[in-house]
Amino acid sequence: MIPAAFEYYRPKDMAGVLSILEEHGDDARVMAGGHSLIPMMKLRMADVPHLIDLQDVGGMSEIEIDADAIKIGALVTQSDIIDNAALADVAPILREAALQISDPQVRYMGTLGGNVANGDPGNDMPGLMQCLDASFTVVGQDGERVIPARDFYEAAYVTAREDGEVLTAVTIPRPKGGHAYEKQKRKIGDYATAAASVQIVNDGGKCVSAAIAMTNLSDTPVFSKTAGDALVGTSVDDAALKIAVAAMLGDIDPTEDNRGPVAFKNHVAGVILRRAIARAWSRA
Amino acid sequence: MKDEITREERVDNLKGMGCSRKRVEDARFTQGKGNYVDDIKLDGMLFGDFVRSPYAHARVKSINKDTALKVPGVLAVLTADDLRPLGLHWMPTLAGDKQMVLADGKVLFQGQEVAFVVAEDRYAAADGIEAVEVEYEELPVLVNPFEALKSDVVLREDLVAEDGSIPAGAHGPRKHHNHIFTWEAGDKAPTEEVIANAEVVAEETMYYHRTHPCPLETCGCVASMDKVNGKLTLWGTFQAPHAIRTVVSLISGIEEHNIRVVSPDIGGGFGNKVGAYPGYVCSVVASIVTGKPVKWVEDRMDNLMTTAFARDYHMTGKISATKEGKITGLHCHVTADHGGFDACADPTKFPAGFMNICTGSYDIPTAFLEVDGVYTNKAPGGVSYRCSFRVTEAVYFIERMIEVLAIKLNMDAAELRRINFIKKEQFPYKAALGWEYDSGDYHTAWDKALKTVDYDGLRAEQAQRVEDFKAGKTRKLMGIGLSFFTEIVGAGPVKNCDILGLGMFDSCEIRIHPTGSAIARLGTISQGQGHATTFAQILASEIGLPADSITIEEGDTDTAPYGLGTYGSRSTPVAGAATAMAGRKIRAKAQMIAAYLLEVHDNDVEFDVDRFAVKGAPEKFKTMKEIAFAAYNQAIPGLEPGLEAVSYYDPPNMTYPFGAYVCVMDIDVDTGVPEIRRFYALDDCGTRINPMIIEGQVHGGLTEALAVALGQEIAYDDMGNVKTGTLMDFFLPTAWEVPNYETDFTVTPSPHHPIGAKGVGESPHVGGVPCFSNAVQDAFRPFGNTHTNMPHDHWRIWRTANELGLHD
Ligand SMILES: Cc1cc2nc3c(=O)[nH]c(=O)nc-3n(C[C@H](O)[C@H](O)[C@H](O)COP(=O)(O)OP(=O)(O)OC[C@H]3O[C@@H](n4cnc5c(N)ncnc54)[C@H](O)[C@@H]3O)c2cc1C
Repeated sequence: MIPAAFEYYRPKDMAGVLSILEEHGDDARVMAGGHSLIPMMKLRMADVPHLIDLQDVGGMSEIEIDADAIKIGALVTQSDIIDNAALADVAPILREAALQISDPQVRYMGTLGGNVANGDPGNDMPGLMQCLDASFTVVGQDGERVIPARDFYEAAYVTAREDGEVLTAVTIPRPKGGHAYEKQKRKIGDYATAAASVQIVNDGGKCVSAAIAMTNLSDTPVFSKTAGDALVGTSVDDAALKIAVAAMLGDIDPTEDNRGPVAFKNHVAGVILRRAIARAWSRA
Repeated sequence: MKDEITREERVDNLKGMGCSRKRVEDARFTQGKGNYVDDIKLDGMLFGDFVRSPYAHARVKSINKDTALKVPGVLAVLTADDLRPLGLHWMPTLAGDKQMVLADGKVLFQGQEVAFVVAEDRYAAADGIEAVEVEYEELPVLVNPFEALKSDVVLREDLVAEDGSIPAGAHGPRKHHNHIFTWEAGDKAPTEEVIANAEVVAEETMYYHRTHPCPLETCGCVASMDKVNGKLTLWGTFQAPHAIRTVVSLISGIEEHNIRVVSPDIGGGFGNKVGAYPGYVCSVVASIVTGKPVKWVEDRMDNLMTTAFARDYHMTGKISATKEGKITGLHCHVTADHGGFDACADPTKFPAGFMNICTGSYDIPTAFLEVDGVYTNKAPGGVSYRCSFRVTEAVYFIERMIEVLAIKLNMDAAELRRINFIKKEQFPYKAALGWEYDSGDYHTAWDKALKTVDYDGLRAEQAQRVEDFKAGKTRKLMGIGLSFFTEIVGAGPVKNCDILGLGMFDSCEIRIHPTGSAIARLGTISQGQGHATTFAQILASEIGLPADSITIEEGDTDTAPYGLGTYGSRSTPVAGAATAMAGRKIRAKAQMIAAYLLEVHDNDVEFDVDRFAVKGAPEKFKTMKEIAFAAYNQAIPGLEPGLEAVSYYDPPNMTYPFGAYVCVMDIDVDTGVPEIRRFYALDDCGTRINPMIIEGQVHGGLTEALAVALGQEIAYDDMGNVKTGTLMDFFLPTAWEVPNYETDFTVTPSPHHPIGAKGVGESPHVGGVPCFSNAVQDAFRPFGNTHTNMPHDHWRIWRTANELGLHD
């Protein structure tokens, strides 16, 4: 497992990154933690003649929490997310989800930016970010723009980010209510057979808002608006759960792989979502 | 002379048999100071790697090396055409077949070796591989052995005569061009008659899936041909270094004294490192051609996809019994998928290994076994992954058949086992399929196991759980997995066990140094079993020198005595016996020296822990340390100087370790996720040399059993593509997936082994797989399940629940 030869760059600022990207176009890629990219290069599934390491760029490793929003730099690692007590306080679902990503070794290296930019349907953070209605700040030669997570994913490994752009930060409105990240996997280090992110608000026994997103059940993460809407105005009783699950099943489109056939995945997606909603509701 | 210390303290100081001595290897391994084959770096060393076939079955129409040879750092590209003049384009397998070293006109499995690129380093080799242009013409692919036996597609043209007839193979007549052998044991007609007339017959078809030993360290070697002195040195991950030396000599023509094979530290073998691989042959040739050392080390995908797989047995069983549950007969047929070449690693006369141990721990008067080996478009192998030859298959088969019979009889499976166990007084017991079990006390072990886990309490809890499930109070079922296994290890008696004609004895050579320390060398090779620790303990007890003063050395054929290596739990039964016997030769000479020093007759001294003392006058003694010195500084009439011994041990019989396992599992019916609540393992491996190492071996074997039962497989699609070629999909459990194991034991020494030891490294795997599997299957028994195939991964467990109508 040896990658094809590549040039390695380690620019000190974003301008340096952007100019290399501009010069080499498709042939250049940025690397954050490298824990998705390097395996792909070693398997020679990704050919990256010009590899730009982001580690020295600076300014992308902060977690800022203010009254309305949380801003997380692209190079913040999954392990940083787990360790940040203030973050766990305001958005506990981040920690709950990060703890279900692979193992500590991967989490020390893997970044939030890399996880959401990667575009692999197996990544856990994209669905979570859709659930939380996060948005991604990207910067290119033409300056900065902000793309909502719910509009970011187009197909497997295809996102709204242009080749010449770098994702610098993720902004998340401070989540309200109860949360749950429920994931079924075959073993430690495995991507989800099915995973569900749920954030739900309870006002006097009635659900007033609910956001639901599913992971690894389509070629992109699936934000199921209809599933969330099905819960709003209900007491999250069995009838409402049934409607929400049915709505979610209408939105996902799993494929068969070593984890199992489509019927199994659909079934498990339903079970996982029910459990996630129940847990989130119990915390709401 | 007066003793400073008590006899008990003298025993303790030896750290001999029965002591949980800490592993002497671990200081090295835990500090990253091991020396594995990939740590070997020689001046000017080159690196070789393979162009591998992307197709499972194809003609190789042409291979163009030109572009590859232009890649900077690439020195040579070898193909079958380059090896043909040397007669090395094919090589013999351990199973009497032959295997292509490099694709000779066609490929038979995905990942097959097509060309060998030799380069200055492994990076250049990888680029060279990309640049070799191979033109393939795809051929129809056969991945199912039953279809292969009906198909017109010929996989092995080399095994069909020009007139289209099918010549016999190494194991007799072949029925079809894709058929390898039929192997039978037992009595066919009487078995069929017993079954036809039986009161109760249970039948089942089961598939023991293909999996892989997957040692953490993959296979590899470094070949270094010294053209000046004509000597070839070959370092490698060899479980049988001497056998490799002989094979290399036979196929290369290099005289055996000019070949030195070294197995350095080995990071796990589990059967994967027994056979000979094309990488070894190509490295040797490349070193001869270039005059430089050449290293070849597999990556993980190479290892999983091409070097020896395990199992792939399609088994059909019939078991008959009286209404009361006394078993009367057993019939077993196996269709064995061997892949493109028959490269199973079994003793020559046993093409299906010791599958004929499949009557298990039970007194079954009549039995018959028939195995058909079949070629398919899959990788060759068929090694015994953490078991003696095909014993996992045999034990899985019988432990499932017992469960299936219990269901048919509507009987408790623990009780059914109990009434059919071979009784203590029946040993040595001659089994219907030919083996003579040396010893056993199954009832005692079983009763102890069931009592410890409160078996009746568990069954009551399970019944309640079923009620709760039916009442909608829970979605989790509870399974109680039982297994009682008998292993057959320690191959083996030279009269019926050989590999490539080499008798399966083993050896130990001991040299006692003047100051009372020693070195012992063996024909075996540790791959993590802790030989350096345990063999020193055997010797300490035999010769009365502290284990800490004894170095154990293995794996260098220039220094170690000839032996057949380590696999099939044979090291302690065979080389361990040789060690004890060589130790006794040392002791015999020491006795004469002691008598001389004490000025008494030889028969007037007796061995006591660490010394010889005058009988009846224990205060008059010579310690072994003193005796050792005397051996080198005294002229003793009638005795040669020095204190050395060598022993070659040909075991009179196999040894038969056994054990009783219980697993308690909770299964989430909706997701198919199993949770192991409890695992109890009682092992009887005879005399226990080092309880701590035994426990470690049991933990490891159970963990690999858990892996195989719950998800570990090599799966192919219809085109012969390997679907599980990385550790993302090939299940290797981590600490997270592994439960807490409770270990226990009884001790029934082997009557024929010098120290009564039987071997333990593989027992937990052999017994563990059916135990985990039975737990899953038992959970569904109340809902009508009789059998479902492994691996019991989430979706397959879910499917069982689904098919039984447990999802609304
Ligand atoms: C064994 C193993 C198990 C894993 N299991 C899981 C799991 O269960 N769940 C999960 O979510 N992930 C899992 N991962 C992936 C891991 O979380 C990765 O670290 C993560 O997907 C990518 O983050 P990274 O920082 O390593 O990105 P990299 O590998 O460096 O990059 C990934 C991709 O994103 C691009 N990229 C990275 N950063 C930026 C940026 N700032 N702007 C634009 N593009 C960028 C790169 O060009 C590349 O294409 C696993 C990885 C391994 C090795």
